Amino acid sequence: MPSVGKIARRTFLIGSAAIAGGVAFGAYLVNRPIPNPLLDDLGEGEAAITPFVKITSDGVTLITPRADKGQGSYSIQAYLIAEELDIDPNETTRTPGLPDQAYYNSEVATEGSPLPAYDESAAAETIRSVLRVVPKLFSVQITGGSSTVPDMYEKLRNAGAVARETLKEAAAQRLGVARADLSTQDGHVIAPDGAKIAYTDLAADAAGIAPITDVTLRDPKEWRYLGKAGLPRTDMEAKCTGAEKYGIDLALDGMLFASICANPGIGGALESFDASEAETMPGVKRVLEVKAGNPGVAVIATNTWYAMQAANAVVCNWGAPNYPATSAEMFDLLEAAVDTKDAYDLRQRNDGDVEAALSEGEVFEAQYRIPFLAHAPMEPMNAVVQVTDDRVDIWTGTQIPLFIRDRAALISGMDAEQVFVHVQPIGGSFGHKLEMTHVEQAVEIAMAEKGTPIKLTWSREEDMTHDYPRPASVMHGRGIVKDGRVDTVDISVSQQAMAPSWFGRLTGMRIPGPDPTITTGSWDQPFAIPNYRVTGYRAPDLAPVSSWRSVGASGNGFYHDTFLDELIHKAGADPLEERLRLCMHAPSRKVLETVGEMSGWDGPSLGDGRGRGVAFCLSFGVPTAQVIEVTNTEFGIRLDKAYIVADVGRVLDPGNAEAQLFGGLIYALSHAINSELTYEDYAPLQTNYHDYEGLRLYQTPEIEVKILENMPGIRGIGEPGVPPAAPALGNAIFAATGQRLREMPFNKHIGFV
Amino acid sequence: MRLTVNGTEYEVDVTPDMPLLWVLRDELNITGPKYGCGIAQCGACTVHVDGLAVRSCQLAIGDLAGGEVTTIEGLAQPNSLHAVQEAWIEHQVAQCGYCQSGQIMQAASFLDLNPTPTDEDIDTAMSANLCRCGTYPRIRAAIHAAAKKLQEA
Repeated sequence: MPSVGKIARRTFLIGSAAIAGGVAFGAYLVNRPIPNPLLDDLGEGEAAITPFVKITSDGVTLITPRADKGQGSYSIQAYLIAEELDIDPNETTRTPGLPDQAYYNSEVATEGSPLPAYDESAAAETIRSVLRVVPKLFSVQITGGSSTVPDMYEKLRNAGAVARETLKEAAAQRLGVARADLSTQDGHVIAPDGAKIAYTDLAADAAGIAPITDVTLRDPKEWRYLGKAGLPRTDMEAKCTGAEKYGIDLALDGMLFASICANPGIGGALESFDASEAETMPGVKRVLEVKAGNPGVAVIATNTWYAMQAANAVVCNWGAPNYPATSAEMFDLLEAAVDTKDAYDLRQRNDGDVEAALSEGEVFEAQYRIPFLAHAPMEPMNAVVQVTDDRVDIWTGTQIPLFIRDRAALISGMDAEQVFVHVQPIGGSFGHKLEMTHVEQAVEIAMAEKGTPIKLTWSREEDMTHDYPRPASVMHGRGIVKDGRVDTVDISVSQQAMAPSWFGRLTGMRIPGPDPTITTGSWDQPFAIPNYRVTGYRAPDLAPVSSWRSVGASGNGFYHDTFLDELIHKAGADPLEERLRLCMHAPSRKVLETVGEMSGWDGPSLGDGRGRGVAFCLSFGVPTAQVIEVTNTEFGIRLDKAYIVADVGRVLDPGNAEAQLFGGLIYALSHAINSELTYEDYAPLQTNYHDYEGLRLYQTPEIEVKILENMPGIRGIGEPGVPPAAPALGNAIFAATGQRLREMPFNKHIGFV
Repeated sequence: MRLTVNGTEYEVDVTPDMPLLWVLRDELNITGPKYGCGIAQCGACTVHVDGLAVRSCQLAIGDLAGGEVTTIEGLAQPNSLHAVQEAWIEHQVAQCGYCQSGQIMQAASFLDLNPTPTDEDIDTAMSANLCRCGTYPRIRAAIHAAAKKLQEA
């Protein structure tokens, strides 16, 4: 077993391998080189330079393996390579490539680390470096956890630099000059006399020489693209002209269309069904029972609409799943688990002596809850699958291509090497595309129609009722204030285990040990409170659940910050000043101070039925503070203005980072105000956007965003905008009305304009 | 059944109750208009029929009655994008982009009818188009910019 230090260093090494007609480079798997996935289909005269760049006489291809669900990951991955390679990414072909172990995500597991993100000690870094090795060993090519930028920041620039220097070396040999005398610009090597040689013209030469791996990454001061305001996203024009092809848009020759109705009580059986009417409906080719994923009845037809109509006409008799039938029963189980010894799961914060403090002082208690939430991205689940005698091809937008490959192999009886997952652009995810039930179903359907590509599209209703939602949870808080200050905070959260539910579906394995998602976003906040305790309690398994944008912090950010706000109010302190007094982490303090300056903070009241709330959450290593201003009008609460400040360490695409932050706030408020899944007869009652409505344009406040760069390192920004929004809104409503909201969605308790 | 989409005439053999959305997507492979909800709640399927924005998931092909259909693919002129598309790109509006064909078609039709909209006008005209990524602030800004472009054109 190599030492931790060695593993961490080798994580970023680029190795090389000679191939017929070319050369390629791959990352190391601990002590073993990972075979390079580009080697399999290289033509004569092509050079594959690292698994991230491919150059032929026809053009330059940048491989951007992290999935794009709308967060701009394809664009930023392309710019990271291009910054060192010296090429306009819009002049290249960009592809996620075929999934491969070489594209493992070393950052995805670090959010589950037992160290809070503000701990930068050597010991904390050592533990994180071990966590980075785990995904490599388990073949985890995952997009999630706001990890794309931190994971790819060095890898992709390194790849670009190795490619550039190797192309320069090829040119140097051709021209008989020193490599140091050459430069590069816009896809060309520039000779000392100003003559230009296109990279494409050097592809064959580069294939025949040893790669130049001793490269120095450019100082950010020299950057041409990264960090620049107004960087255009590489996918923007296609998305504004209808040219972008999402998975749901894919059309293959001879393709047939399928839809499905599966048991909304997930895990329950299909007892019987009657398809006699469906079989006679227009365009229907075949009705078949599907067992993979979640049992149901699929219809294959000549177009999606015929398939959906017929699937709706199938009468199914469902068996009960292995969880309670109603939300009421589920919340009873959550409440029953709080503060019980049997359900104790994890306590990662235990400062001072909470028990002693609570036994002496006047205890303030409050109880909170949050509902199940569907992800409900705009593009419903879909997959195109073609099964032949010797291979399975899958076209789908996904964050988990290797899990899909392995599961499809299992279902089809093929080897993993015979399964090809072609990852498509994704029309939103928020965590939804960390699931693969639809692909399992599509593989089974396509096996029944061997040779014919089948496109399975879930109806919105199917999607909403098979969402694998964010888990519901409850929180009991106890606190004490003393001398105008917050003295004691004791938070107990009860939730079913989320991570094992999800990972179990993906792998068939049960993750042992506690589930940190029960308290992430509350135990790990950078506050010094004299007596401070956060405990997770693990309720029994309820409806199957999954990761939802910002995961544990989506609810715990609300619990922690709102409860803190309640105590600050009891203490008679100013919400912003007391948070600043308690905060012991300099970059987090700066974030709070900045949001105070931006909003002109001078207390929570704005007069005349108006109020403002401040909230803070450190999630995914990004301290984020928000201030929201509201007015209590005769038609309900109106959102007037919002301010967001976040610190990502280094910002690579300022415009997109801003969009992710205000998008995160809007996504959070959509649900905080008016969304929940409620279960009746084992199934969610909400089936479409009419009863699961997000925020609309007219409800959206004016939003100002500021991004700071005081944190060490570099962090992703897809999720951290979410957690502070609900508490900022709830705190603002309290300031405007005196009504404290402890349960989401808020519209159960107060009206909105 | 015959229909004209983006200036091209097509013949399709489908039942008359089939929504225009699915005729476009699955029969004609014109995939800019998107399926989001199927019940006129999201607006991702918005196209123009005789220049007016309609939800193509709600218009049965049998009721099209010779109306000329324009989709996002047919909005631009041969050599230049529509002012709304230009503004969308300048303001970097799209995130996942799935709803944006519908947003752009809605905005283009709306600016046709109201060339100098206020924020309130925009709120009213655009609030039936859902965006789950939360691009609304830039949609608002881009519509003002597009209105200006169209005024100056």
